[in-house]
Amino acid sequence: MKDKRTMLQYHIMLSPGIILLFIFSIIPMFGIVMAFQDVVPGKKIWKQAWIGWDNFAFMLQIPDIKQVVINTVLIASMKIIAGIVVPVAFALLLHEVRLSWFKRTVQTIVYLPHFMSWVILAGIMVNILSLDGIINQIAGLFGADPVMFLASNKWFRHIIIWSDVWKEFGFGTIVYLAALTGINPSLYEAAEIDGANRLHKLRYITIPGIMPTIVLLTTLSLGNVLNAGFDQIFNLYNPLVYSSGDIIDTYVYRLGLVQMQYGLATAVGLLKSVVAIILIALSYRLAYKFANYRIF
Amino acid sequence: MVRSQTLSSRLTDGIILLVLTVIALTSLYPLWYTIALSFSDKAAANAGQVTIWPSGFNLTSYRIILDDEKFFRAFGVSVKRVVIGGAINFLLTVVMAYPLSRNAKQFPGRNLYMWFLVFCMLFSGGLIPLYITITTLGLQNTIWSLVLPGAVPIFNVILIMNFFRSLPKELDEAAVVDGAGPWYSLLRIYIPLSVPAMATVTLFSIVGHWNSFFDGLIYMSKPENYPLQTYIQQLVVNITPDLMSQMSTEQLIELMKASNKTLNAAKLMVAMIPILLIYPFLQRYFVSGIVLGSVKE
Repeated sequence: MKDKRTMLQYHIMLSPGIILLFIFSIIPMFGIVMAFQDVVPGKKIWKQAWIGWDNFAFMLQIPDIKQVVINTVLIASMKIIAGIVVPVAFALLLHEVRLSWFKRTVQTIVYLPHFMSWVILAGIMVNILSLDGIINQIAGLFGADPVMFLASNKWFRHIIIWSDVWKEFGFGTIVYLAALTGINPSLYEAAEIDGANRLHKLRYITIPGIMPTIVLLTTLSLGNVLNAGFDQIFNLYNPLVYSSGDIIDTYVYRLGLVQMQYGLATAVGLLKSVVAIILIALSYRLAYKFANYRIF
Repeated sequence: MVRSQTLSSRLTDGIILLVLTVIALTSLYPLWYTIALSFSDKAAANAGQVTIWPSGFNLTSYRIILDDEKFFRAFGVSVKRVVIGGAINFLLTVVMAYPLSRNAKQFPGRNLYMWFLVFCMLFSGGLIPLYITITTLGLQNTIWSLVLPGAVPIFNVILIMNFFRSLPKELDEAAVVDGAGPWYSLLRIYIPLSVPAMATVTLFSIVGHWNSFFDGLIYMSKPENYPLQTYIQQLVVNITPDLMSQMSTEQLIELMKASNKTLNAAKLMVAMIPILLIYPFLQRYFVSGIVLGSVKE
């Protein structure tokens, strides 16, 4: 069935999307040349002075850059680890419950924060973490001095990581719960006849049953090692915690759009993109190899 | 599954239920706290007297919001954005997923389009080049700067494409034999059969549009064009980082004390209402939708 009319219809169906992608994805890619220019804002892109790799050389000399990269990788890795361990543990607990109304209610509640924006949640967190907020009040009952959490380099990373876990753990369980319901119940029955107790069943049936899913999601998350979460950090941080909380994305925003250093900011962003795409390609390759996963 | 009802097994069940209840309450508490704060008396809230219930119950904050023209204008921008952006996302997802769900034999060129999409999904010029493209096109301060850059939700297209591919091919073949063209197949066969999947991705795109603030912040130079999340973001951190960097910790503490907690809480609440309203509908669909997208055989 390859008649010309049908083919033409297919191309017409795809054309609006392709045109929009061309304008808003492909054309900006040409802007990458700014990484090799000394960009003066307001001047046309082809009239800017070429400076070769100078932006990259300069980037390596910026004193903050090392800390920014460390922060990014540290926060992102911690989020990845916690983002696997907590949902798996939670899904395993929920799987043990047989009261279906209770299960449904808990699920409905824990999914909810995922749908709130970081703007809203940051507003809420500022209230909760403020000096007279509920956390400091509870800590005060145990005799602790009030802490200004969002202005403390000691606490800021913890807050970023654990608030991300709080927002996303429920949503992260969905896939594991689906994997858990896919385990053949006759395995449990057979194990029971052989005298297995709950821990035995957990260890020999449940965990092996969801292991493929855990391996798959772990490999796929590798591509996110440079994504520490722009929206979250942008809404929670302030200059007092730059040294522990500034990440590549927030740094590019300040360097580029606030300080108008277009060339330098594009160079930093480009380096991030290139590393990220290598990591994503690698993680998809691993996911295909270990879990036979393909996106299409 | 048959469970032995020994004492230790029941005790374990009890502990698990307790732990899960505590986790669920922890998930809910921050939202609850904000509700309580929004109904509280201003002085009581600033003194930190709110814990579980509103302290000095009153509706002053909500009354102030009802008179706040800026708030409603921002709300309106967001609603407009969700309607236009959501509609565009939906149309493009459906219309692109269908031809891409044909195999390379039925549609030569399909793989070329596919690689183009994946390339656009994985690689981008970055923040600055996109910003310059948008400003060069003169889209600043228009709703199109919020809607068009993300008009093609590539991930959703791939998801729906995979869903279309999982539908029985015989239906489509029968329609083609009867003389149906691609549009007829799409509208009469594929769309009706994939309502849950499309509801999932559409609701996600609505939530995405409602929740995003950053594009509003960089593309809108006039505050009256801000969508609601950007407006609230400016309100919560209504002081620029540059100014803040010159302040001492003590000054920052003073600044946070001076903020109108109850009013801000009420604004956060109103901004959450649309999500809370669509959440029950969303919840029906998304579990199957996500599993469909993340784990594929």
